[in-house]
Amino acid sequence: MQLAELRGHKQYADRAFSALAVAAAGLVLLILGMIALVMTRRAWPAFGAQFFTSTRWSAADQVFGALPFVWGTLYTALIAIVIAVPISLGVALFVTQSAPPWLRKPMVYLIDLLAVVPSVVFGLWGVLILSQHFGLGRSFLTAGIILAIMITPIITSLAREVIETTPAGEKEAALALGATRWEMIEGAIWPHSKGGLVGAVMLGLGRAMGETIAAALVIGSALGQVTVNPLAPGNSMPAVIANEWGEADEPHKAALIALAVALFVITIAVNLIATSIVQRSMKRSRGA
Amino acid sequence: MYKLIAVSALAALCVAGCNKKKEEGGSTAAMTKEDKGVAKAPESGGSVTVNGSGSSFQKPYQEVAVAAFTKANAGVRINYGGGGSGKGRQDLADQVVDFAGADSPYKDADLAKNKGGDVLYFPILLGAITISYNVQGVDQLQLSPETIAKIFQRDIKKWNDKDIAADNPGAKLPDGDIVVAHRSDGSGTTDNFTRYLDQAAKDVWKLKSGATVEWPPDTQAGNGNPGVAQIVKSTKGAIGYVDLSDAKASGLKFATVKNQAGKFIEPTTDSSSAAGDGIDVKDNLLFSAVNAKGDASYPITYQSWVIVYAKQTDHAKGTALKSFIKYLVTEGQSQLKGLDFSPLPKGLADKTVAQLDKIQVP
Repeated sequence: MQLAELRGHKQYADRAFSALAVAAAGLVLLILGMIALVMTRRAWPAFGAQFFTSTRWSAADQVFGALPFVWGTLYTALIAIVIAVPISLGVALFVTQSAPPWLRKPMVYLIDLLAVVPSVVFGLWGVLILSQHFGLGRSFLTAGIILAIMITPIITSLAREVIETTPAGEKEAALALGATRWEMIEGAIWPHSKGGLVGAVMLGLGRAMGETIAAALVIGSALGQVTVNPLAPGNSMPAVIANEWGEADEPHKAALIALAVALFVITIAVNLIATSIVQRSMKRSRGA
Repeated sequence: MYKLIAVSALAALCVAGCNKKKEEGGSTAAMTKEDKGVAKAPESGGSVTVNGSGSSFQKPYQEVAVAAFTKANAGVRINYGGGGSGKGRQDLADQVVDFAGADSPYKDADLAKNKGGDVLYFPILLGAITISYNVQGVDQLQLSPETIAKIFQRDIKKWNDKDIAADNPGAKLPDGDIVVAHRSDGSGTTDNFTRYLDQAAKDVWKLKSGATVEWPPDTQAGNGNPGVAQIVKSTKGAIGYVDLSDAKASGLKFATVKNQAGKFIEPTTDSSSAAGDGIDVKDNLLFSAVNAKGDASYPITYQSWVIVYAKQTDHAKGTALKSFIKYLVTEGQSQLKGLDFSPLPKGLADKTVAQLDKIQVP
């Protein structure tokens, strides 16, 4: 009797909780879907064949080609990743494997602190120090360096946590077999944490592509630039939106929203690719 | 987690920043000691909040005027957020704000989208856009509109170019590269500067006009007037268009510009007020102050309006708004010179005050 009552009560709570969970999950999807729908509708007049192929962006002539901005977004994110990944992984390995114990905590704390500095602060620092003091000007490279500094703590933090999940037994076994520290990293840590590390890098990449204010301040805001010269001034999708939204009329506005939709799609695509890479490498390492 | 911390850090920054701004506005207003003379809004009973947004060009004036006006009218709160003329026009069209600040009017095609019906334009100030430069040994520079157009569209790339030399007979010009600085953000300053070149140098200027134009890639972009001023100040051979107050604040040298009468005029608060005398004003108080007639007119002068709906829907709000605009175009005008803006010339100010009667308050 008592037991049945208890069970009935539990079932009620169970059901309520599952309904809540489903509603929460559904809400996330609904919000994402609504954002995509509303933005696409507003942007519709601007989407056309020339939107992704033309290099000309002119509000006066109502010609809107986003190619240089897509290029700028991907190129600066690439520069950021190339700079940030070796540093992040190096720091993560140092902190977890070879740093003296008294240094570990302060280092972790400092790196996490770097992750919460608002992006506008990095942007202003970039303008004053990189562009002017070091004479890099406003360019793809300046933006890439700023983005690298911004994503390094994120990648480092995640990488450190992933690396720490390597079972101590495997590391000790490798060392007991006479492996050097490097061989231990290669043989025990790397296979175990590959998937997680790729995920960490992809999260950093996502942040780099979406970063707005810092990029807007240092990238140079030049139009029509599709070039691999890192010292050339360029532009990125979020920077264009931030810079031009305040004074835009139709159809300029629609074109800016179209840029936002394109950025949305590209970031989702990057995240999907990242997830699939992580899953595949997890499967492989589990199979091995 | 990181996001949460970042957000709260930003919030803390904003709180500090906002307070500072308020204090500055307050102290400037106190310094002018005009408080007693400020017109009082008719008692409306209780408090009322009036919101505006738009032009960042007129924002320094709005801040000072709001501080002085609300001090004299205890029940009235006025918020003016910048964000750009385009944002102000859009906000007013959507009835998100009660008034908009804008450096250029609505396009005719957009007027029908305004949810509150017909709008009224009230000009509140004029201001000069300087051609600021950074060339050692050249302390005086004269430029004609054609030369300015050629410099900014990169037809002229050296300081000792023959066109610049022709504008400056006898001057010693160095054999250095010109670095052009412009705005990275969409801006009413760019809109009016390019409109000026489009009118005054129409056979030469090819980039058209607008809040953003297609600058050649071998130019430098800075955010806001201070951003352009910063580039000019820190780059040898640089030239850029910067509003008078930011050019002065950064200690830049600026050129005298040839006006319609053929005279080279220095940008000052007086010479842009003079430009206000030489313009044709339509009945709805729309005009463009660029390339104005008159011997003493500085030709790259632009203007800013406050835009409101003719039919107000709320008594207290409408009353407060009306008296605030009256303050902006009458007593407030005396504060403009201190901010490096120019007051409206008398004729225009009278027309503006007369138009206040067209605001219908229920």
